[in-house]
Amino acid sequence: MNIHEFLAPPSETARRDAPHNKIVLTSRVRLARNLKGVAFPGWAKKAERIRALEIVRPAVETLSAMKGAFSESMDNLTPLDKQILVERHLISREHAAKNAGSGLVLNKEESLCVMINEEDHLRMQALRPGLQLKQAWAAIDQFDSQLEKKLEYAFDASLGYLTACPTNLGTGIRVSAMLHLPGLVLSEQINQIISAVNKLGLAVRGLYGEGTEALGNVFQVSNQMTLGETEPDIVDRLSKVLAQIIEHEENARGSLLEKKPKTVMNQIGRAYGILANSHSISSKETMNLLSFMRLGVDLGLFPDVERGLVDELFVVTQPAHLQRQYAEKLGADERDLLRADMLRERLRNVSRPLGAPPGHGNGGKLDKTGDQ
Amino acid sequence: MLCCVCKEKEATVHLTQIAGDKMQKVDLCEECAKQKGVNDPAGFSLADLLLGLGASQEMEQATGGTEVKCPACGFTQADFKKAGRLGCAECYKTFAEGLEQLLKSMHKGTRHRGKVPAALRESQDLAERLKALQKKLEKAVSEEDFEQAAQCRDEIKTTKERLSSMSAS
Repeated sequence: MNIHEFLAPPSETARRDAPHNKIVLTSRVRLARNLKGVAFPGWAKKAERIRALEIVRPAVETLSAMKGAFSESMDNLTPLDKQILVERHLISREHAAKNAGSGLVLNKEESLCVMINEEDHLRMQALRPGLQLKQAWAAIDQFDSQLEKKLEYAFDASLGYLTACPTNLGTGIRVSAMLHLPGLVLSEQINQIISAVNKLGLAVRGLYGEGTEALGNVFQVSNQMTLGETEPDIVDRLSKVLAQIIEHEENARGSLLEKKPKTVMNQIGRAYGILANSHSISSKETMNLLSFMRLGVDLGLFPDVERGLVDELFVVTQPAHLQRQYAEKLGADERDLLRADMLRERLRNVSRPLGAPPGHGNGGKLDKTGDQ
Repeated sequence: MLCCVCKEKEATVHLTQIAGDKMQKVDLCEECAKQKGVNDPAGFSLADLLLGLGASQEMEQATGGTEVKCPACGFTQADFKKAGRLGCAECYKTFAEGLEQLLKSMHKGTRHRGKVPAALRESQDLAERLKALQKKLEKAVSEEDFEQAAQCRDEIKTTKERLSSMSAS
């Protein structure tokens, strides 16, 4: 089965119900593990990497949690396949660049994904929609406990699980959540929040992880420290910070509507106008505008639109997903035309946003200025 | 105050990270801050910065400038400086001295407190039990409580047997 047949359609995955999914898009916990006595993938020679893959892959495949899984060596995936997996946030961009000697095992529900020979021999992750960090940790902990019966990990009583990069040493855990924060961006509080979160020893990154832009007002928050703390403590600490960010985002939306209704309505109205009527649009502009449309749905300005539609468009308008629908290779310009066609078609029956959020009177009031 | 990356220009960007009771400070000049992506809040991580900054220098200092090579995989400090990653699990022993400071600056502690593979946990538990039993035996002997001592001796014997059967499997 190829990866396209295997993956659930975005129309389905975007409509999964989950706790706090208005602001938290997904939760993820990943563990880094390495085999004892085998050099780390970045330093191992190709033959040694292949040997590691041949040990790890069958061990992962035979776990009960991986029944009916998709399992493939990275050299058997096309660049397009890999890009699709990146756009779905199932593999890292780093892993997409790998070929022979690296592999991928993904369960049927797309909730457990194991990258073999990325930076470490094993990068296993549990994914959940919405805010479900504890559930994700429980799932990957159990998976790891099953796997450790079949593989001998590189482990040191004092340093814990040994990883290629010292930043992952100890627990090898990275707990992260993807957040949609248009309120904090519009109210210009986001940099303040990011620096506060950084000061707590947590990292804030863009949509595709390390070193990427925060497209579509989507931010990833994750722990940085992995040694000297237990996994549940790390999950707890991040959960507490997330609860606060969610509260700040809710407050920011509330006070924006109170103080700057015109600014907000203007952003959302323009976003709708362009998305529903343009004839050429880049993927970056699409994501940024879909973010405001999503905010509009959250505020009740599009009574006949469900959030799932916006989330689906967020995925299917990305370059590889768009390319997949066409046999011939598209250039960026052609993709922009076809993306605009798709958006016009999908938004054809969506009425323009209401003039004011329900329960907020008429939209005729001017924004309050600083001195009032 | 001079920038701690280029050590040439005046530092104007001051970063602080507080985690628990530990505080980390980094002072950078504007150019270096820009280069390290500090101005792009979404793409910045202090751990990565510290890794690039401190690792190689500390490792060099710890070894007194001589080139150390990992006996298991042939990895050197120069390789670490280039890649920011280690070669194999054994490297943590080879470069232990230089890594210690780095780990201190990067993490909450320098001792693992999290999950331990079940097989190791069992043998750790047994090893601890063995120690406790040996103490109990000494005490019993010194108090001339021979009944207790005999019991301890038997328990020590079975614990040792279990331990050796585990490491054999």
